[in-house]
Amino acid sequence: MALPKYTEPHYRIWHYFYLFVCGCVFFFLIAPLFVIFPLSFNAEEFLVFTDGMKRLDPDAFSTRWYKDMVYGTKNPWGLAAKNSFIIAIFATIGSIILGTLAALGLSSRHMPYKGLIMATLISPMIVPLIISGVAIFFFMAKVGLAATHLGIILAHIILGTPFVVITVTATLSGFDHSITRAASSLGSNPFNTFMKITLPLILPGVISGGLFAFVTSFDEVVVVLFLAGLDNTTIPIQMWTGLREQLSPTILAVATCLIVLSVLILLTAELLRRRSERLRGINR
Amino acid sequence: MSSETQKILSTDGIPLEESLKKAEKKNKIKAFLLVTPLLLFLIITYIVPIADMFSRSIDDKMVTNMLPKTYKAMEQWDGKELPPEEVFEAFYLDYKILVKNKTAGKLQTQLNYEKNGFKSVLKKLARKQKKFEEGNYKEQIMKVHKRWRNVEYWRAIKRRAPAYTYSKYLKGVDMYSNEDGKIVQVSEDRRIHRILWSRTLEVAFFVTLFCFLMAYPIAHLLATLPMKYSNLLMICVLLPFWTSLLVRTASWMILLQQQGIVNDFFVWIGLVADDNRPEMMYNKTGTYVAMTQILLPFMVLPLYSVMKTISPSLMRAGKSLGATPAVAFFKVYFPLTIPGIGAGCLLVFILAIGYYITPALVGGASGTLISNQIAYHMKSTLDWSFASAMGLMLLTGVLVIYWIYNKLVGVDNIKLG
Repeated sequence: MALPKYTEPHYRIWHYFYLFVCGCVFFFLIAPLFVIFPLSFNAEEFLVFTDGMKRLDPDAFSTRWYKDMVYGTKNPWGLAAKNSFIIAIFATIGSIILGTLAALGLSSRHMPYKGLIMATLISPMIVPLIISGVAIFFFMAKVGLAATHLGIILAHIILGTPFVVITVTATLSGFDHSITRAASSLGSNPFNTFMKITLPLILPGVISGGLFAFVTSFDEVVVVLFLAGLDNTTIPIQMWTGLREQLSPTILAVATCLIVLSVLILLTAELLRRRSERLRGINR
Repeated sequence: MSSETQKILSTDGIPLEESLKKAEKKNKIKAFLLVTPLLLFLIITYIVPIADMFSRSIDDKMVTNMLPKTYKAMEQWDGKELPPEEVFEAFYLDYKILVKNKTAGKLQTQLNYEKNGFKSVLKKLARKQKKFEEGNYKEQIMKVHKRWRNVEYWRAIKRRAPAYTYSKYLKGVDMYSNEDGKIVQVSEDRRIHRILWSRTLEVAFFVTLFCFLMAYPIAHLLATLPMKYSNLLMICVLLPFWTSLLVRTASWMILLQQQGIVNDFFVWIGLVADDNRPEMMYNKTGTYVAMTQILLPFMVLPLYSVMKTISPSLMRAGKSLGATPAVAFFKVYFPLTIPGIGAGCLLVFILAIGYYITPALVGGASGTLISNQIAYHMKSTLDWSFASAMGLMLLTGVLVIYWIYNKLVGVDNIKLG
């Protein structure tokens, strides 16, 4: 943002001050993530930059915490990762199916009580997690699903569907319904119309909602803390326990892996958003 | 249109109007059927359990169920003088069963809440009642302990007769109903919950304020920069947004520890002495800093999406009409961003008010919030009815804020990324 030549000096100063403030805020947002990366390669067991690291001495760096993460005998990270992925994948599938169906219904102009139903469907996003956790725990305990994978998956479907509902409804808002009618008039049955016409067009919204649901489940700790037994431990639970008891560099190695994962998810989400905008642009 | 037009018929001979209505109804049902699976699922697994928390929070059947005969006999008693012989007899019979089943301890604890010193009286009765002879229980019970002659103790039992109570809600705001049935505050040194409520509100308010002050300039920069730069900077907002909450909390724990980088920096610029490093974690400072950074993207994104729609020519028009940049900003630009400010602030406030993980990890004792107290009662004291009551109080607050949000911005306008 270049300033025009005629800018008065005090506005010029103000403008640079504004850029400086923005720079500080961006630094505040992103810098903490980059602290984890070098420290996870620390050769020592301390969570500070050692003198060797400051000199960039190669001996001060090592991958021992990554080895510990994968091979460590006492470390439950393997089981936790397996559980986390199983739970997140099934929760995502469930959220996508239920959420997409609901969004299709909600986008119909014939839908009665739209506002009330929308508010109900996205309520898990608004209600503080701790309350959701307590309520879901009471329910799961009553039906005997506490400390089971199924219970946690169901809980995460509850928390994940609002995201799918919101993103798919947003995609459908630019959707031209005359093309589905065209398909029907050409003799396609509703199921085929959905699979061949509607779904490909709303797919970016479905997938980005699914990504939200996946991340929500993968990162969720409050509800799982109430629900999980020893066999259901997940990555967030292990991190939570580790952070509470002792911050070890192994946790930082896990954290680095999680950051890499979130970079991948961010890139996918961004590509999808652009594709969705392009597709909707064609429709208009 | 002529007045003699007959009803238009569709091909199968039904009036068009009717046929249309039928089709409309069919569409309505179709739309509703699509929503039904999720709606039912949420109602069963989520909405009903939350409503169930309410019945749990007011449930007080424990004492009522333990002394069924006593409460039946007490129905006639007006509570002014000592109860008649029937009440004593009923109480003796009820209590005998409890002692036999070894569940008398629960009753002792519960009644001790109601009247201090009840526990020892009941324990003594549990020992002596084995030697009771049949008949004239009033005399025999009163002989065991002189407090049985005090009508206060019988009133305490009667107070627990209703199967429902709102005492957990009173406890949540540090009040209780005393022996005379009046609602009073607990003694000053035991008012912990009110401190927690006000601290939660305070933290939520200031975190929202800090987020707003930091998000406004960067959202403005993102909205006004050319696309290729703003996309790059947007990653700085979106990457933390997508990163695990625990990872970000962990990074703050590393940064803020006493030998951490922030403290190193303060020592290096000479702000603090090396041997006098301030404690920045396990207190309110840590909670504020970490929560602000974690919730900042939720403020930036709504602000950005609103600012993106404001045409830059509006500011230029204002300036060309003689406004200084400051005036043009406050009279033209700022009012246009108010919807975004409302959305961002309420979103951050709602999230902050129910925060649990970050305060529990970096908050220490002076940085814990109401959510931590709920979790504590759920996991440690197992006082689930109290946890439910506090949860519902928090939920009511959030729903009020949500309602305001809905009125101001509309739920449909929530944007994600």
